[in-house]
Amino acid sequence: MSAVLNDETKKVLIEPLVSNNPITLQVLGICSALAVTSQMSTSLIMALALTLVTAFSSAAISAIRNHIPSSIRIIVQMTIIASLVIVVDQILKAFAYDVSKQLSVFVGLIITNCIVMGRAEGYAMKNPPLESFMDGIGNGLGYSLILVIVAFFRELFGSGKLLGNEIFHLTKDGGWYDPNGLMLLPPSAFFIIGLIIWSVRQWKPEQAEKVEFKIMPIAHGEGGHH
Amino acid sequence: MEAYISLFVKAVFIENLALSFFLGMCTFIAVSKKISTAMGLGVAVMVVQAITVPANNLVYHTLLKEDALSWIGIKGVDLSFLALLSCIGMIAALVQILEMILDKFFPALYSALGIFLPLITVNCAILGGSLFMIERDYNFGESVTYGIGSGLGWALAITVMAGVREKLKYSDIPAGLQGLGITFITAGLMSLGFMAFSGIQL
Repeated sequence: MSAVLNDETKKVLIEPLVSNNPITLQVLGICSALAVTSQMSTSLIMALALTLVTAFSSAAISAIRNHIPSSIRIIVQMTIIASLVIVVDQILKAFAYDVSKQLSVFVGLIITNCIVMGRAEGYAMKNPPLESFMDGIGNGLGYSLILVIVAFFRELFGSGKLLGNEIFHLTKDGGWYDPNGLMLLPPSAFFIIGLIIWSVRQWKPEQAEKVEFKIMPIAHGEGGHH
Repeated sequence: MEAYISLFVKAVFIENLALSFFLGMCTFIAVSKKISTAMGLGVAVMVVQAITVPANNLVYHTLLKEDALSWIGIKGVDLSFLALLSCIGMIAALVQILEMILDKFFPALYSALGIFLPLITVNCAILGGSLFMIERDYNFGESVTYGIGSGLGWALAITVMAGVREKLKYSDIPAGLQGLGITFITAGLMSLGFMAFSGIQL
């Protein structure tokens, strides 16, 4: 293993998890990250699909990177990504039909997921296939991490369950937990992502954005404290 | 006629692409710092959406759908799995053509919208609109209505968001929440606001 995982490979695999997370830092790929998160099971499948597509498309694009004319590279990248997504979509339809119905258009939307295109354009076009594959896996995992965290909170507090197993005993069955309906609705995903970003940036203050407009403290004598 | 109005209102407010399906979020967050640019992008999305959804509808119904090829005598062929590839190819090609037409005949419009057009090819809202059209099996008239309505809804959402963010610049926000964090919370509140429309029945 140590021969395969040299320093560069390790770096591209680990870094996107927290310190360079595609969602919280680079603002990529949030489109589909939110809509599928009201249940753990759908978001796990979505995370897996996206990680695989990112990894294999990065590897494929990197393998032919020296043969793609730069004027049509976007179309070439898109065709490769779209073909991989079609494969994923067909596999889901064949082996997990219920899940594929729940994910509906969001599997197809992996094509326009900014993470996939972003990694193809930003990393795979300049690096060899193996590193690009690992970079794809790393970024896919960074995305999956956020997706699963959001889904964890939404399913746990929205329906008292995790992966369909009851964790909190619900009041309607004589238990103590009254499910929070807001957690199943779209706005809650925005709030949870916002709070995750806040926590990550509190933990790693160097990720915080600069203030555009500095608010000056009130000068002495004018304030109301005296 | 009534059905079309109902579909239009639904596409603009109730099933707003940005705020209830989270589509086009990357550009929604990245380009909503100023009202003028947000509006430019919004209009560009609306125009492209109004063209691509009906175009994809035509392609899907004449070439890809199950038994759609029977008009040239080929029966029993189901090419609908190619829908993803054909949709994205169609969108990329149409955006490219639109860019060329604008550049040639409407230079003023091109300089206003031109920079946004390449961004639009990879905007999830555009592909999402076409995929929803296929999934819900809209006919051509419905697809025109849905294309215009969903584009308008997206444009409305990003313009309102930019208005809020322009004011938000002057507020005292905790360091970690600055920028991206507070933008998400704001989007959440806006999404709550749009949910108030969900009871509308026409």
